[in-house]
Amino acid sequence: MVEWSESERSIISGIFSTLDYNDVGPKALCRCLIVYPWTLRYFGTFGNLYNAEAIKSNPNVAAHGVKVLHGLDRAVKNMDNIKATYAELSVLHSEKLHVDPDNFKLLADCLTITVAAKLGSAFTPQVQATWTKFLAVVVSALGRQYH
Amino acid sequence: MTSLSPKDKATVKAFWNQVQGYTDDIGRDALSRLIAVYPQTKTYFAHWKDVSPNSANVAKHGVTIMAAVSDAVTKIDDLKAGLLQLSELHAFTLRVDPANFKLLAHCINVVLAIKFPENFTAEVHMAFDKFLAALALALSEKYR
Repeated sequence: MVEWSESERSIISGIFSTLDYNDVGPKALCRCLIVYPWTLRYFGTFGNLYNAEAIKSNPNVAAHGVKVLHGLDRAVKNMDNIKATYAELSVLHSEKLHVDPDNFKLLADCLTITVAAKLGSAFTPQVQATWTKFLAVVVSALGRQYH
Repeated sequence: MTSLSPKDKATVKAFWNQVQGYTDDIGRDALSRLIAVYPQTKTYFAHWKDVSPNSANVAKHGVTIMAAVSDAVTKIDDLKAGLLQLSELHAFTLRVDPANFKLLAHCINVVLAIKFPENFTAEVHMAFDKFLAALALALSEKYR
């Protein structure tokens, strides 16, 4: 099981309490689709995604970005049991969405960069370490049910 | 991965013009984060007494690395030839596992996002990430 110190818990819940999910979610997902264009393969039904401008103004992308952040919120509220909390989501991503789990890491990196831009120097190396650990646990849990 | 298009190169050079005066700070911060976030990278610095993220050695080395990245921007049209000596250094002497280049690239991107939140757009991020990947490839050119 993953061990969290009091400091780590407060860092993670602290960051999430300052984030505007409606802003950070869309920004992170857009960045992922633009920086790693092969991730577009999972969004064929989202409409116009032909260039960076189209991606940034696409309402389906924005809505999905918000959804992802709310999904992460569940992990924040269940830090001692992320694996179980995400069991269903993992099955969904594997069986229904067929997402290559390597992509989770790409989105995680883009989310890190989006949050870093928002928090500025408050995103210290130590905060980044805790944040990265949290996302690594999330990514691992999401890939857990693949077979 | 793919090579840099003329647009990628122009984007990287234009962005780097804005970043010029800050490379020392960026280098110190990036290497400090690499060590803090990915502690396994400390294994390459076992010869330093103090390998903590805030140590003087880490700061100095961060500056060295970033100066080399800056130099690589000027050699962006032929990174393989431009980084020949550094490649030999990394291949025969340092033997840094290339996976770590990706980790450092990510840390550099994080620092750039913190320092230039408006300018480090997704488009700039994409071109710069491609550049860092091409740089890493040129650095591991002589590995085997």
